[in-house]
Amino acid sequence: MLAAAAAVLLATGGCAKDPTAASGAGGGDTIKVGILHSLSGTMAISEVTVRDAELLAIEEINAAGGLLGKQIEPVVEDGASDWPTFAEKAQKLISADRVATVFGGWTSASRKAMLPVFERNKALLWYPVQYEGLESSPYIFYTGATTNQQIVPGLDYLKQQGAKSLFLVGSDYVFPRTANKIIKAYAAANGMTILGEEYTPLGHTEYSTVVNKLQQAQPDAVFNTLNGDSNVAFFKQLRSSGITAELMPTVSVSVAEEEVVGIGPENVAGHLVAWNYYQTTTGARNDAFVKAFKAKYGTTKVTSDPMEAGYNAVHLWAAAVRKAGTVEVEAVKKAAGGITLEAPEGTVIIDGENQHVYKTARIGLVQPDGQIKEVWNSGQPIKPDPYLKGYPWATGLS
Amino acid sequence: MATLNQLVIGASIGAVLLLIALGLTFTFGQMGVINMAHGEFIMAGAYTAYLLQPLVGSQSVLVALPIAFGVAGLLGLILERLAIRHFYGRPLDTLLLTWGISLILQQVARDIFGAPNVQVRAPGWLTGGLDLGGVRLPYNRIFIMLLAVGCVLAIWVYLTRLKHGRRMRAVMQNRQLAAASGVATERVDQLTFFIGSGLAGVAGVALTLIGPVGPTLGTNYIVDAFLVVVAGGLGQLRGAVIAAFALGILNSFVEFWVDNGASFAKVVVFAVIIGFLQLRPQGMFVVRTRALS
Amino acid sequence: MSAAVDVPGKGAGAARRWRLAGPALFTGAAVLLLIAPAVLSPFRLDLLGKYLCFAIVAVGIGLAWGRGGMLTLGQGVFFGLGGYAMGMHLKLREAGPGGLPDFMVWSGVESLPALWRPFANPVFALAMVVLLPVTVAVLLGLLVFRQRVRGAYFAVLSQALAAAFVILLVGQQGLTGGTNGLTNFQTFFGLDLYQPGDKRILYLVVAGVLGVVFLVAWQLARSRFGQLLVAVRDGEDRVRFLGYDPAVVKTIAFAVSAGMAGIAGALFVPMVGLLSPANLGIVASLELLIGVAVGGRFSLAGAVGGALLVNYAKTIFSEQSADNWVYLQGAMFVVVMLWAPRGLAGVFTDVRAALGHRWRPRPAPAATRPTDATPAADPSATDPPPAGAQREEVRA
Repeated sequence: MLAAAAAVLLATGGCAKDPTAASGAGGGDTIKVGILHSLSGTMAISEVTVRDAELLAIEEINAAGGLLGKQIEPVVEDGASDWPTFAEKAQKLISADRVATVFGGWTSASRKAMLPVFERNKALLWYPVQYEGLESSPYIFYTGATTNQQIVPGLDYLKQQGAKSLFLVGSDYVFPRTANKIIKAYAAANGMTILGEEYTPLGHTEYSTVVNKLQQAQPDAVFNTLNGDSNVAFFKQLRSSGITAELMPTVSVSVAEEEVVGIGPENVAGHLVAWNYYQTTTGARNDAFVKAFKAKYGTTKVTSDPMEAGYNAVHLWAAAVRKAGTVEVEAVKKAAGGITLEAPEGTVIIDGENQHVYKTARIGLVQPDGQIKEVWNSGQPIKPDPYLKGYPWATGLS
Repeated sequence: MATLNQLVIGASIGAVLLLIALGLTFTFGQMGVINMAHGEFIMAGAYTAYLLQPLVGSQSVLVALPIAFGVAGLLGLILERLAIRHFYGRPLDTLLLTWGISLILQQVARDIFGAPNVQVRAPGWLTGGLDLGGVRLPYNRIFIMLLAVGCVLAIWVYLTRLKHGRRMRAVMQNRQLAAASGVATERVDQLTFFIGSGLAGVAGVALTLIGPVGPTLGTNYIVDAFLVVVAGGLGQLRGAVIAAFALGILNSFVEFWVDNGASFAKVVVFAVIIGFLQLRPQGMFVVRTRALS
Repeated sequence: MSAAVDVPGKGAGAARRWRLAGPALFTGAAVLLLIAPAVLSPFRLDLLGKYLCFAIVAVGIGLAWGRGGMLTLGQGVFFGLGGYAMGMHLKLREAGPGGLPDFMVWSGVESLPALWRPFANPVFALAMVVLLPVTVAVLLGLLVFRQRVRGAYFAVLSQALAAAFVILLVGQQGLTGGTNGLTNFQTFFGLDLYQPGDKRILYLVVAGVLGVVFLVAWQLARSRFGQLLVAVRDGEDRVRFLGYDPAVVKTIAFAVSAGMAGIAGALFVPMVGLLSPANLGIVASLELLIGVAVGGRFSLAGAVGGALLVNYAKTIFSEQSADNWVYLQGAMFVVVMLWAPRGLAGVFTDVRAALGHRWRPRPAPAATRPTDATPAADPSATDPPPAGAQREEVRA
């Protein structure tokens, strides 16, 4: 019993010591930045490689002489696939490490958990993943696609291909539900019918019933917003039920090169995906990115859209800091508008108004070798429109 | 037609549930060890198939079955020798211990194989399916069903016909009496844990055919596995078989008839099990003894 | 705490020493918690406040598991019920135009669901913080304990309950915020949750509640009811033969622990600023339990200390090594369970005993033997396993 009290003592005493150890980061000869992704738990499958890409970008900047004459020092924290932990670690990076900015998050839930922390501390978060839109925090920069740069082009492509009926399959969380709301509004305005809408719990691995429902409904296409592990189970079971891409194509918005490896290319070949970047995207900038990534992490590694968006986030922030001449948040925010970067995906421009990024939409076809071949692109970067204000059919969604 | 289809699907879900729960009927059912690392033994089986792939090509799934049994069994044996043997008689404490071990094993997998999922290619003869008058049953599902049936038969023969198996039952039903009769109970414990864990490895290989192979593979299945064993009655092979198929079929029908039913089906299954334990608090089948508690 | 009171035959000196040790310990801990705001940075104080919330749950678990032998793997459910009751009220206070919380707006809900309406009333919400978890616990307890479901069955059932509860919450996004949960809390009954000064007040409230909850549990444990509870744990049937209904005894203890978890959840919401299903699922429930196991489940103070220690260790491990902290955490659980099965409080007892002190701590005779807690809870109790007895020396 006394030992328990000793434990209490230890805990509080340990806490008391800690801030002195952690402080003093302020104005050293390095610039600290936070990197906050899930390195353990269920989301680690997706987030670890985004961290890798962000660290690569930091390394590149440091190798080229650093930023404002200083080296960038990354402070890596583990969000542990747990949303309150994201909030806790964000607060730690801001108040104990005094980082200049944070790159991090993947799920909508982790972003929503961190949002008030950054807003109330007036600190900056760079969020590198495509998401459901309907948000524009003054203290977050969104370098992944918003809905009008990924989902809407995906629907346009399906419509152009003559799809009249859709079936919606998604994981049960905010992104798929919001995405499907948008898809239903689009379908209503464009004469498409929605034959079904199924949500499965995150981490679900039993899809035979969903596949049976697809077989009964016979839609022209399936719009897939499943996340992570579930995609592997879904495509393996879809394939073994004899449904091929020719019979019933799917459009996925969360299946990138990395997921294709886990699913097995033969199970998902011929299906469509919608992103802004593929490892096969042409251009010298991307060749250099892919080469650098493989050199650092191994030749068997693939690059994917979220990784590229994380990589861009670091370079965009660095460009904004150079323009502002300081890492001070308000100055960086002010300087960021209009910043243009020749990224692996092509030109990206920060929209100063909503702090999203102009991005080129690309529809791709999964190849038997696991790579994704681009079959359509928007030609030029699309202006981000997180609230879909420019789309008459979307009024009433937000 | 859809109904027949769902019945078949339910049976195949049941076969998966049975496979992941079979090992637990030994470690949990016979020995009373709540082994939270059981899921990670399943994962070890799946990664065994992945590792064998470069060596034996696309037949790795078949080759992996016995090897995964050995690998996972060995892991289980090490766990039993190093830790669990100190915990017999305190089943609830093993839960916390093995949970710590499951955290460590997940992280080990992440460090060795990387965080993203890896691919295990199915052999060619397992792609495609059997058409049964409009109902299509994928070969890999048939394979899993046959594997489950095979495992059940093997266990049944082992427990009832072989000397070792009878000793195992003797120890589990009355340890002191068995010890007094000259059975080396420690050896039996080790063997039981080896077999239980090994079966998890077999399940892991089978799961590579239909699901993801990654560090968190085990966590996807562990709760379902425990529920099957609890509903079936601890240590009861036929209980586990019936419970697995009943839950699988219930799950498939609820999910099919309710719109957006996957979440709902899970909740219904939990509710049914709680309700069922009202009627039969010790599960479907109970070893009848005259002891009070 | 003052155990000697009802342990006859103790030396007067030892008894006095022991009687003083309890209050002294309590006072010491209280003083430490009270001076914490003066020495900790606001960020660290927030974390300590969060640990204290978990410690409140730990007190309840100490009662239900340590005293009552009910291994509850679903304590997160009660934590969540209390938390959501509070969260719904706070969300309604801060609701924007139209009286809708933010997540309903982006989930496409147009009018406030009927379920939410009464939570606008603070009295109702505060009552629900306790009543919701207690009601669920009573219903479940009566159903399950009457059927004499116990031990591993109860553990697995309560775990399934946590899993089902999370799936239910996640599936009702318009009503509960789904996976995101309830986020972005700004105020708590007039306190600004981002002002260090106001946060300090909130911290003191949490610390005060922990003190009260602890004293209540302690009084309960040393009352007749507490003795009855331990008796049920160690020999349910014997208690039944004496004319008591073990199901009622267990249900009461279970409900009290659920109520405590509910209160903790309600305080967690403003302390941390969000509540999501991740806080009440299987893993979260296990983490609540593991703190109690590490601290020592037979001692309420041990449970509190363990909860603080485990959560503090998690923070520190993960800050020191984002890549490898899971190893450290897992290893900590394994080491404690292997070498200190009665937790740190048990280690302390053993050390004192080894040093030759004559007094024995609470819980009286039963708990001084390490294997005691579970025979009643053993699923294969028909054959009392001798292994524990034989291997006594391993842990002694």
